[in-house]
Amino acid sequence: MAKGMVLIDEDRCKGCGLCVTVCPQHILRLAEDRFNTKGYRPVEVVAPEACTGCALCATICPDVVFTVYRRKRPPQPAAVAA
Amino acid sequence: MVTVEIPADMELVYKRPQSLTETHTHYCPGCTHGIIHRLIAEVIDELGIRERTIGIAPVGCSVLAYYYFNMDFAEAAHGRAPAMATGIKRVSPDRVVFTYQGDGDLAAIGTAEIIQAANRGELFTTIFVNNAIYGMTGGQMAPTTLPGQVTTSSPTGRDVETAGFPMKMAELLAVLPGAAYVTRQAVFDPRGIHRTRAAIKLAFQTQLAELGFSLVEVLSTCNTNWHMGVVEALEWAKKHMVAYYPLGDTKVSDGVRALMETR
Ligand SMILES: Cc1ncc(C[n+]2csc(CCOP(=O)(O)OP(=O)(O)O)c2C)c(N)n1
Ligand code: SF4
Ligand code: SF4
Repeated sequence: MAKGMVLIDEDRCKGCGLCVTVCPQHILRLAEDRFNTKGYRPVEVVAPEACTGCALCATICPDVVFTVYRRKRPPQPAAVAA
Repeated sequence: MVTVEIPADMELVYKRPQSLTETHTHYCPGCTHGIIHRLIAEVIDELGIRERTIGIAPVGCSVLAYYYFNMDFAEAAHGRAPAMATGIKRVSPDRVVFTYQGDGDLAAIGTAEIIQAANRGELFTTIFVNNAIYGMTGGQMAPTTLPGQVTTSSPTGRDVETAGFPMKMAELLAVLPGAAYVTRQAVFDPRGIHRTRAAIKLAFQTQLAELGFSLVEVLSTCNTNWHMGVVEALEWAKKHMVAYYPLGDTKVSDGVRALMETR
């Protein structure tokens, strides 16, 4: 089950490739066979199940293309009072 | 528009800041102006000051910044943003005022304005985007262009014998008593971007606490006019710009230091 998930506002993307270079999971690439309404090759997620929700793509993207979600941590067992 | 189901156990960790409008920017692909706009917007959201913030746009590539920030904005003549910010802040001291200026704007035609405003300790914040070139007009040499750097007006490279050495604005302004917080950061990688965000936040907090003038110089790229690829420009900047323009705080007043300790 994926730990994270990104939504891509595709038509904002200018295909600069910065997100592709910082994604630690190497799961982003620029589309090879299509263009967005601006005429750029938009970013795509190749393997969504590998996304960790680290938000590094959103940190570097100059065009605010990404919305990022991360899976909540399962509730931790209550700390035992010493 | 496609609607996507967000699983119930997923929480939102990043979304477009409210302080940005929905407008698409005109910046070139990979231009760091977009990153810096976003950081300012995130900080304004976080501090909850959007409805009382007034920005001042410069002349340069970011001349249309008022279309992109979701708040009150004014447009200044080239280099005159600090003079305009002074007037606005003095008549409306309850507002948070910031200028957004390029290096041609701040360090060439507007040098007098920024120095005088900093010296007077005006209570506004300046975000100074140093991309070592005049971007909007086609890549001419700026006061910040590196020695030997080729531009359209220095085709054989900046000659320091005739053009002088690049101006280190963060160091220059730091010596003025009115400046409370002055720092230089870079947005060349996620780590630098996080640090720049923290610096922008501290600069706005300096203004909110009325401690004096605050300025964040942000080393940036202009891949278009540097005639480089987007990633190549970041690498070049990391290697050459950071070597000439050291990163870090050049001025932290006692008041700002106390503020840092409470964070
Ligand atoms: C009074 C005046 N002089 C000159 C210009 C021409 N001009 C427009 S933008 C610019 C330089 C902008 O460079 P910078 O501030 O570094 O911003 P960038 O475009 O690189 O973001 C100049 C000289 C002008 N618009 N007004
Ligand atoms: S960083 Fe942003 S604009 Fe650039 S390719 Fe990635 S999503 Fe597109
Ligand atoms: S010309 Fe340079 S500074 Fe202007 S938008 Fe393009 S990359 Fe950015």
